[in-house]
Amino acid sequence: MAEIALINLRKTYGHVLAIKDLSLQIQDGEFLVLLGPSGCGKTTTLRAIAGLEMLDRGRIVIGGRDVTQLPPGKRGIAMVFQSYAVFPHMSVYDNIVFGLRMRGMPADEQRRRAQEAAELLEIASLLDRYPAQLSGGQRQRVAVARAMVIRPDVLLMDEPLSNLDALLRLHMRAELKRLHRELRATTVYVTHDQVEALSLGDRIAVLKDGEIVQCDSPGRIYDTPANRFVGGFIGNPPMNFLSGELRTADSALAVIVAGVAVPLAPDHPTSSTGASREVSAPGGTGLAGSLRPGPGRLSAGTVMLGIRPEYIEVVMSSVPDGIPAEVVVLEPAGPNQLLTARVGREAVKVTVATDLVLLPAQRVWLRMSPSRIRLMDATTGRALV
Amino acid sequence: MRVRLVGIYGAALVIGTWVAAPLLLIALAAFTPRNILYEWPRPLWPRAFSLDTMLFFLRSTGVWASTLNSVVVAGLTIGLAFLIAAPTGYALARYRFRGKGAVQLSILVVKMFPATVLSIPLAVAFIRWGLYDTLIGVAIVHTALSIPFVTVIVTSVFVGISYELEEAAMTLGSNRLRAFLRVTLPMAVPGLAAAAIFTFVLSWNEVFAATILTLDHRTLPALIVDSVISAGAPLHFRFAGGFFMVMPAVVIIFLIRRYLLTLWGVTVR
Repeated sequence: MAEIALINLRKTYGHVLAIKDLSLQIQDGEFLVLLGPSGCGKTTTLRAIAGLEMLDRGRIVIGGRDVTQLPPGKRGIAMVFQSYAVFPHMSVYDNIVFGLRMRGMPADEQRRRAQEAAELLEIASLLDRYPAQLSGGQRQRVAVARAMVIRPDVLLMDEPLSNLDALLRLHMRAELKRLHRELRATTVYVTHDQVEALSLGDRIAVLKDGEIVQCDSPGRIYDTPANRFVGGFIGNPPMNFLSGELRTADSALAVIVAGVAVPLAPDHPTSSTGASREVSAPGGTGLAGSLRPGPGRLSAGTVMLGIRPEYIEVVMSSVPDGIPAEVVVLEPAGPNQLLTARVGREAVKVTVATDLVLLPAQRVWLRMSPSRIRLMDATTGRALV
Repeated sequence: MRVRLVGIYGAALVIGTWVAAPLLLIALAAFTPRNILYEWPRPLWPRAFSLDTMLFFLRSTGVWASTLNSVVVAGLTIGLAFLIAAPTGYALARYRFRGKGAVQLSILVVKMFPATVLSIPLAVAFIRWGLYDTLIGVAIVHTALSIPFVTVIVTSVFVGISYELEEAAMTLGSNRLRAFLRVTLPMAVPGLAAAAIFTFVLSWNEVFAATILTLDHRTLPALIVDSVISAGAPLHFRFAGGFFMVMPAVVIIFLIRRYLLTLWGVTVR
């Protein structure tokens, strides 16, 4: 058990920047997910923690010990690889105790621990088999057992579920969560699957272009994405973005979208700060030139309105705060239906009840839940908090 | 579709005949009694077989000594070639380093120099260095000839073994060397063995350098070329020598033919 500190990590491959300047604190016993699209540097970060990647700069501290210069075997980590990396020329048992043998553990203790891990992962009946005789899911369990038996301070997982079929993935996801609850080892888990991230992580660090864009609890990542990228990456379907004009006149804040004023919740975190910034911006003559466009545009009123598909209500008749839209398609998706509608030139996805019947090109009105609206800067995409 | 099939089988037949017919003719001739061999018209399939010619060949001077020489040279060649080519192949398979492309190219460049051009300077140099007419001298030349092959083969063998396995071993507490010895090497053994046998055949069959660089310590091909063919030995004696020469290679290639496929990228796991 140990906490991890990543301090100003930087890694380049030739001219390609893999990790820009990454710092992160991971608590003892925490399940942290590194989430991002391919090429965002998440696997490189994980491999750096494992000691399989040499860093250009930065330090890694595990359990108060600076491990930056230590080889993988001396860092107190264990890793589950995407390909499982189960040794094909060894039996399941030999695979599981490999790490214990390397540490020179007595044979009876090896046997005891292997048995225990095998039972926990339900592979006790497979100990004499060879990896070639196992299914993908079983091989994966062997890989997890092999990592577990050495009782690492830190468990590292590199997309361990990505090679499994959908049903097995769902099952193993729950298994991994159960294992983590039982073992309580600090876990760093890499994935590009946002559902996995949301369901497994105590915290999720969303990476893009070698930088952490946002690191927060799954709930906060989902509800209050730090920028347009996070909102668009998390959620299935992802967050909708509509361009609008922020209006601060009168007493109530509102965003004008397609000619309709969408009111913002009075306690909306964006309202107060957004308004105050807008008021101060025109007078802020002392601002540096590079900073000026941001607040300047805000005062002009152009913003990006972000809202999740489930927080939009479809109304069949015109209402004051309903944005007129045109139905494009309606797709059944099991427990609900997914409506694609067009507002002006922009497409909006809405999850609606299964009993709703809509025809293509039909006119509907979309009402957004005011407290769920997230405003973003139209140019930078950063959330206006 | 039919035309295509006929074409494929036709081509296979032609190539097969082209390779197998000489082997068959040599084998038949080697076991044909002398008087029948010189008959005219000669029957395609001899009326009788005998071991006389083969036994005569095997009992003639220098055959066993040079066979032993050949085996020693081949063994030395395998050792030397692996000493140089195995680490090179591993590095080429596992690491990205400055000049990697140049190394890969230079390995092939060696193949561009005809041995004939090098033979006289090589003989002179070997006389100066005291390597002339020694088995190690021949082995060194054979090593130079086989390094490109062995490097290419070893590289593809190691490329076929996922580096993640070695990394996994390292995260489980072994150092780089132990990870290699415990994980990669056992998996590479079949491929490496095939490469070694291939090197053996290469050295066993090599005749040019062996002939030029030895005088008294002939390897088998050199002996056959020199004392059998140049010295104008009778035809049946040549056939016996040829058969004795070619047999080990044929048998070995037959035994490792499955691995030969795996040598170039088509890895079996």
